[in-house]
Amino acid sequence: MNLPIHAQLINLMAALLLLIAFAMLSQRRIMSLIYLFAWQGAVLFANTVIVAWGTGQTHLFYSALITLVLKVVLLPWLLHRLATRLQIQSDVETMINIPITMLIGIVLVIFAFNLALPISQWAQTITRSTLGIAIASVLLSFLMMIMRRKAVPQVIGFLSMENGLFFAATSTTYGMPMVVELGIALDVLVGTFIFGIFFFRIRETFDSLDIGNLEKLKQD
Amino acid sequence: MIEPVLSQLFQTLLAVLVAPLMLGWINNCRAWLQNKSAPGILQPYRTLRKLFHKDAVLAHNASSLFRNAPYLNFGCMVLAASIVPVVETNLPFAHAADAIALVGIFALARVFMALAAMDIGTAFGSLGARREMLVAFLAEPALLMVLFTPALISQSTSLNTMVETLAQREVALSPGLAYAAVAFVMVLLAENARIPIDNPSTHLELTMIHEAMILEYSARHLALIEWASAMKLMIYCAIGIAVFMPWGIAAAGNWPTLPIATIALVVKLIFAGAGLALLETVSAKLRIFRAPEFLGMAFLLGVLGMLTHFLLERS
Repeated sequence: MNLPIHAQLINLMAALLLLIAFAMLSQRRIMSLIYLFAWQGAVLFANTVIVAWGTGQTHLFYSALITLVLKVVLLPWLLHRLATRLQIQSDVETMINIPITMLIGIVLVIFAFNLALPISQWAQTITRSTLGIAIASVLLSFLMMIMRRKAVPQVIGFLSMENGLFFAATSTTYGMPMVVELGIALDVLVGTFIFGIFFFRIRETFDSLDIGNLEKLKQD
Repeated sequence: MIEPVLSQLFQTLLAVLVAPLMLGWINNCRAWLQNKSAPGILQPYRTLRKLFHKDAVLAHNASSLFRNAPYLNFGCMVLAASIVPVVETNLPFAHAADAIALVGIFALARVFMALAAMDIGTAFGSLGARREMLVAFLAEPALLMVLFTPALISQSTSLNTMVETLAQREVALSPGLAYAAVAFVMVLLAENARIPIDNPSTHLELTMIHEAMILEYSARHLALIEWASAMKLMIYCAIGIAVFMPWGIAAAGNWPTLPIATIALVVKLIFAGAGLALLETVSAKLRIFRAPEFLGMAFLLGVLGMLTHFLLERS
């Protein structure tokens, strides 16, 4: 009756991932947001290792290693450096207050779970039931990007959306082909560098990182 | 015929008499953790004895509602203590109410306390009552959501069935129950006026919630209220134990296992008390306007627990 132990662990990791997605959505401080992003990477790493161990897909060990290096160490370190260089430790502004954002988040989760249910009934993998959580964490990261005014939290939302996609790939098809995975990893890394340069340019032009200012760039 | 009545009496008396001891244990742990000298584990009994020996003072404009509310409050808690399977399942009273009715009993007690606080007409009374109702109306749906996850697993809202199903289940990691357990601890802290929401040992007017509400009570009325809140804390711990770690609770009419069940309960309560004291020591009191956010988080976790149970465990 009971699921095998690795399937239970995968379910637990999926639940943790959902919890972290909500914690990011409700977080007010930028430094804590970066730490949460690192934790999300760590849970993703653990999940990939468990899937690899449980199903015997050895190529997943490599992608777990990439996750560990890139999403737990390198990207959070880069973001941390950026935040200190830009001197933004202050509170993050949100468009609407946090409890309402949470309620919207619950609605998104219900939507995602309903969406995933018919798909996962056809899937054969042992991790199929976590697809709903993967879709939910993609949508929640998307919600976070919409709700934040400042550039840095938006970029963190973007990166955590990529984490959600990676989780979806692991849970439905035991990961993407190695070439694709390497390509995405490189893209994310380069993307973060470019975002970093953009931050400095935006701040130079407007003296703030508020994205709303970009609307003033229109020329008549 | 007489046996169920006896075991019911045993459980209710145990819950009523042990409750102040539990409070004393929590206070002691807190004092140790904060490097203070502890008042002794029996201190709540001494306070109760002192209060029962004093003469009650009532305001001139106090109505009968004000005088009767403490008895009603105490009665509600005794009833709740006889419904929750603390040491034994399938007691005669247990069929009287399910988890939802239990939440209703707590609400009944609270409504009367809030009305009594407003009865005298002092500023503090109505302030405390308003704040208490603010916390309560947010905590109640969260508590219901928390109880729905085990109810879904056991296909019943009766606490009895929940305990029996969960205790006999194979041990498995259940993300749904884990979410519910975290949310339950948050609700427990809020409903029992513990630290992130309210400080039980404060007498600073601007921050207190529960204390402001009972400021006008003295002597035996105050003693009953203090005893009832100790019982409420104990009952919440017992609900948490019954739902999230039900191992060791005796089945109905099974006399030989009763001592084991009692010992298991005491051990679990000791751990729960120490855990509560630790939680209260490491966290700071929230501003009152952050309370909705705290309880909103508890509600969210409760709902997530239910949803993840649907998604991950229903196969």
